[in-house]
Amino acid sequence: MSLMKSLLAGAALTLMPLAAFADPALIFDLGGKFDKSFNEAAYQGAERWKAETGGSYKELEMQSEAMREQALRRLAETGANPIVMTGFAFGEVLDKVAPDYPDTKFVIIDTSVDKPNVQSVEFSEEQGSYLAGVLAAEASKSGTVGFVGGMDIPLIHKFECGYAQGFKATKPDGKLIINYTGTTPAAWNDPVKGGELVKAQVSQGADVIYAAAGATGIGVLQAAADAKILSIGVDSNQNHLHPGQVLTSMVKGVDNSVYEAFKAGADVKPGHKLMDLASGGVSVAMDDNNKPLITPEMADSVAKAETGIKDGAIKVHDYMTDNTCPVK
Amino acid sequence: MGRLPRWADVILTPLISVLLAFAISALVILAIGESPVEALKVMVEGALGSSYGWGFTLYYATNFIFTGLAVMVAYHAGLFNIGGEGQAAMGGLGATLVILSLPWPHWALALPAAMIGAAGFGALWALIPAWLQARRGSHVVITTIMFNFIAAALLNYMLVNVLRPVGSMDPASANFPAATHLPKLSEMALAFGITWGKNTPANITLFIALAACVLVWLLIWRTRLGYEIRAFGKSEPAALYAGISPVRITVLAMLISGGLAGLMAVNNVMGEAERLVLNSVEGAGFIGIAVALMGRNHPFGILLSALLFGFLYQGGGELALWTTIPRELIVVIQALVILFTGALDNMVRRPLEWVFARSGKRD
Repeated sequence: MSLMKSLLAGAALTLMPLAAFADPALIFDLGGKFDKSFNEAAYQGAERWKAETGGSYKELEMQSEAMREQALRRLAETGANPIVMTGFAFGEVLDKVAPDYPDTKFVIIDTSVDKPNVQSVEFSEEQGSYLAGVLAAEASKSGTVGFVGGMDIPLIHKFECGYAQGFKATKPDGKLIINYTGTTPAAWNDPVKGGELVKAQVSQGADVIYAAAGATGIGVLQAAADAKILSIGVDSNQNHLHPGQVLTSMVKGVDNSVYEAFKAGADVKPGHKLMDLASGGVSVAMDDNNKPLITPEMADSVAKAETGIKDGAIKVHDYMTDNTCPVK
Repeated sequence: MGRLPRWADVILTPLISVLLAFAISALVILAIGESPVEALKVMVEGALGSSYGWGFTLYYATNFIFTGLAVMVAYHAGLFNIGGEGQAAMGGLGATLVILSLPWPHWALALPAAMIGAAGFGALWALIPAWLQARRGSHVVITTIMFNFIAAALLNYMLVNVLRPVGSMDPASANFPAATHLPKLSEMALAFGITWGKNTPANITLFIALAACVLVWLLIWRTRLGYEIRAFGKSEPAALYAGISPVRITVLAMLISGGLAGLMAVNNVMGEAERLVLNSVEGAGFIGIAVALMGRNHPFGILLSALLFGFLYQGGGELALWTTIPRELIVVIQALVILFTGALDNMVRRPLEWVFARSGKRD
């Protein structure tokens, strides 16, 4: 059977010279490829695929909102397959473009698009953020922690709400300060404002601050390190940015999703993929950089919360199901 | 120094300027370690080598015709309208409000209404700087550029708080209903049995842009208002002496200019995106300045230079896709074109005049 398959594949390759051009492609949304966070995680996944297979891929970085459709069409037109794009903002555009290229597979991360040739990958950020909240509650001496979000959208409220639930479950009388950087995609790439928000939160007593803000988070982590307080990174493992000063990072397996899509090539399975704590889609990063910060009790609480979420004993509310958060 | 023959003035001077700009761009490409010949090949191939490339080139050119004409009309009145960007953005808002507020049964009905909305909003956005210039003497260059920022902020507000559909996270308006989608050039070609430019955004607005070129030409050179605009632009005291009201001409010229810039929205908002997104103008308002300068403020020249900039824009996108040459390099080339055709015009003109004067004597 497998011999038959490879024979067929060989025949297909020789019959279709076009297949040689079927490199996968990756499109980064606004915020920049090297944001040390969301987009960079996708980049890492693509690079891992490249290093392992020796293949090549095309990549495009969005510079403006209006270019999304052209970029997607151009890549599809060149025969790239599959085309992976990062960010919910591509949802509307992909919904329109995907039917025009039925033979191309598309993968979209962070939102769902119902089309027969689209794989939608979504993460249970609320679960990973819950664990981050547990850690923040235990690490905080003042009892006040902060959250800096990027663009003020339900997706980031999902992070915030999970974080708040974990924090309040551990420290019911603790105080949580919440700020958002902005209301447009520019909020993903505004480290200066991120740093200012940290200063404001520190002056209100926060001593652990969680950033869910793309490249804006670089400024949040920097300002937190400067103020000698702890921060929590997001999407990528950001513990190494300020060793000993980043409590942990809420890691989203964006890199794995990209890697697996590239590996599957044109055989990417369309449909919805939910990446949660149980499937390893989200986690809190533990490595040598934050080892001194994590006491055995903290590791214990996280492990407990983790098993609780996995076996359903702890239900973490997903903000996006009803646009409300049970804890304030 | 003798005067240049008309063909040399209109075609030869800009052509040499563009060639000089390209030559320097080639040096820049060499300096970053890429081959200029390869780059040119990719650009020509990508923008003009297929009907797909042409579809995009014509789409961009349509944008630039509108913004170029907008700069031109103001220029003839001696006004430098740098606000095309903001006026086009407001045009997008106007078109969107018109399209989304009524259930249009057919695009042929929605189109004129959207044009009125787009031109109206664009013109209104130019009205305040115009009035400030005419009545208070606040320089229109300063006020129009400030209005670009206000337009961007207003658009932000409208998209985030008012036009964003419930449940959507992207700051963009709802999709326009299918009945208001403009026919694409590819669909029109298909109706004649020709497969051309599949999946490209070039649409029927191109013909509106061409009509606008003719109408603007008629306005400036064949009407009383056009005469007044030109007279005012050449010399304000003389125009005043001739009984031309500076306030009236300033305001009217800016209204027409803003309206033309706003009309661009019919192409990019109604024709392409079919919804209003942030940054939908994408710098076309500023490129309009270059287009008007290069086109020597004549509609036909603007048509040609809009095509050139459409080619640069689409070719630049292809460069970014196929080579390691960054898209920003296209901005460098555009800047060089503006520098040579606008600021350094005399550098090319003087030697040319000299050459023509010499050859003229020999005859």
